[in-house]
Amino acid sequence: MKNNTALLKRIRENRLFWPLIALALILVTDAIFVPGFFKIGILDGHLYGNMIDVLNNSAPLMLVAIGMTLVIATGGVDLSVGAVIAISAAMGAVLINPALGNKLISNEILTKDATNTPLVLIVLADLAAGTLCGLWNGFLVSRGKIQPMVATLILMVAGRGIAQLITNGQIMTIYYTPYFFFGNGFIFGLPVSIYIVALVFLFAWILVRKTSIGLFIETVGINAKSAYYSGISEKNIKLFVYTFCGFCAAIAGLILSSYVHSADGNNNGLNYEMDAILAVVIGGTLMSGGRFSLLSSVVGALIIWTFTITMYTFGVPANALLAGRAVLVLVVILLYSDYTQNFLNKFTDRKKVRHDATN
Amino acid sequence: MMQRIKPFLLTNGPMLISIAIFILVYFAGSRVYPNMQKTQVFFNLFINQASLMIISIGMTLVLITGGIDLSVAGMIALTSAASASLLAKGASPALVIPLMLVMGVAFGTTIGSLIQFLKVQPFIVSLMGLFFARGMAYIITLEGLPIENPTYRLLALTKVYIPFLGKTYVYIPSLIGPILLLVVIYLSFFTRFGRTVYAIGNNEQSARLMGLPVGRTKIIVYAFSGFCSALAGIVWSISLLSGYGGYAPGMELDAISSVVIGGTLLTGGVGNVIGTLFGVLINGTIVSILQFNGTLSSWWTRIGVGVLTLIFIGIQSLFYMRKKHS
Repeated sequence: MKNNTALLKRIRENRLFWPLIALALILVTDAIFVPGFFKIGILDGHLYGNMIDVLNNSAPLMLVAIGMTLVIATGGVDLSVGAVIAISAAMGAVLINPALGNKLISNEILTKDATNTPLVLIVLADLAAGTLCGLWNGFLVSRGKIQPMVATLILMVAGRGIAQLITNGQIMTIYYTPYFFFGNGFIFGLPVSIYIVALVFLFAWILVRKTSIGLFIETVGINAKSAYYSGISEKNIKLFVYTFCGFCAAIAGLILSSYVHSADGNNNGLNYEMDAILAVVIGGTLMSGGRFSLLSSVVGALIIWTFTITMYTFGVPANALLAGRAVLVLVVILLYSDYTQNFLNKFTDRKKVRHDATN
Repeated sequence: MMQRIKPFLLTNGPMLISIAIFILVYFAGSRVYPNMQKTQVFFNLFINQASLMIISIGMTLVLITGGIDLSVAGMIALTSAASASLLAKGASPALVIPLMLVMGVAFGTTIGSLIQFLKVQPFIVSLMGLFFARGMAYIITLEGLPIENPTYRLLALTKVYIPFLGKTYVYIPSLIGPILLLVVIYLSFFTRFGRTVYAIGNNEQSARLMGLPVGRTKIIVYAFSGFCSALAGIVWSISLLSGYGGYAPGMELDAISSVVIGGTLLTGGVGNVIGTLFGVLINGTIVSILQFNGTLSSWWTRIGVGVLTLIFIGIQSLFYMRKKHS
């Protein structure tokens, strides 16, 4: 009996417990109220269905959430990811634009299925732009000793302006077919974006769990000063996590712009910073830094999008959905609050005491 | 004499610099565009930035306690949508305006209580507030609702002439910001409440040990921010004579950056509302310079505000280091 409660407690204290319960709850609701939510069919040689939509739509958010988890684990926050997504998308669109430098821009040239730069260069330029933005944030936080929230606020405000500057204020439509592979392509019936997420996740997981970098990040998040005295270069760890977060946001920008076939400085990746922070918090990583779990954050991103797609299938208008999202956050806040945790602890502890007494 | 001036400069340095930068930017602008020398253009800043000024004042107090309130712009949208739909149903403005203010206070109190009692980060709670307010505004109306109430129309179109300045005028709603500013200056410098706000921002633990009412003050500060955003929403709906859930997108960030430009630290404990006034005015001046230019595109506003914020943070950290050493 005693072992049983201990096991229960261990399961409950696992980081994945609450996120998975929440995901299961939403999925059960779908199974009951939305007939055919789990139906997966085959069309043109690839799978389609609501669950595939969830996976494909949540891929950019998962990527950003992976980067954001590391940043939050060091006790910081990166508000600029949405703007970085816009910059990376704008970069791609401008490089593809077949009419670059051509004075006689006719509609025919603009809508041609051609590119100005090789695809490899486009991808590299996208990633470089995002990584550079991350590096800038990292420098401000680690070397400039500016609070993370303010330091990244600068790029958050200016970034969308920079994205518009790159595209000259226009919403650029992309007509180059190979570019769409990242957001709309399929490998073995599954969206390409999922494979990209898996790759980045694997890379990050090996980095933080198979090398000591993960421990360094947690140490910096728990107590930066003691990390410094233990000989950990707090500055370089911070520089690294912000750069990595910018890199993740750049990939997200690539996927997003390829998915919607356009680059729009104002709307690409709108509110992604908020959603990513939300995904990390839903995953149980504290905003004050310290212990983190990459997988929980990915599940958190999945929860947000499953919830969103569910609401769409219920016919809730996209804008009014925000109110539903507010309820989701409220539930998370209540669940993770000290009161609830204490109450649950007391509940299991009391049981244990009673067992001890009867024994 | 020197001994007195030095500490004064060190504590109020960032604010003085923001005043200086405002004068500099405005002066440079009016050299290039002589039309900016007209007094009316100066007072247009107050007309155009009325809502931003009001929410920034509320935000200043929140930031001084070391918190943050992201829900203000959502609250503007909610207030405008709710009041437009109530007025369209025939409710009297004498009822609608107090109702909106009460709603704002209740909203702010809820956010403050969640932060205080559940010990959740202000960022997350007020983010929830932002989602909730915008979502509710869209639930009330998915499209923009025009306001045709004669009282609102009268308030929107009545010019108040500035004494001694000839034909220079502002509208009635633009007077609310400066009045609120005076009230908050009194509150923050001359009352026990104001001192408590600064004490909490400097060190919450020692404020509590001194026996100051920390929890109550924090909740009041968020309630006041909610009140300010409802007030800004009323001003917004009067000046645009309509209500819509998509109004004021991203304005919470404009407010935060204005407050930071005005010399308030996000860590809390440092800053004042007079600086915020000039932060808002700098923001407005950049916008009006771009309007006078006409060829520069709107995105330069964002880049300009970003660069100014960066410069300010640099200046602030310099002052902070000097203070630490002296």
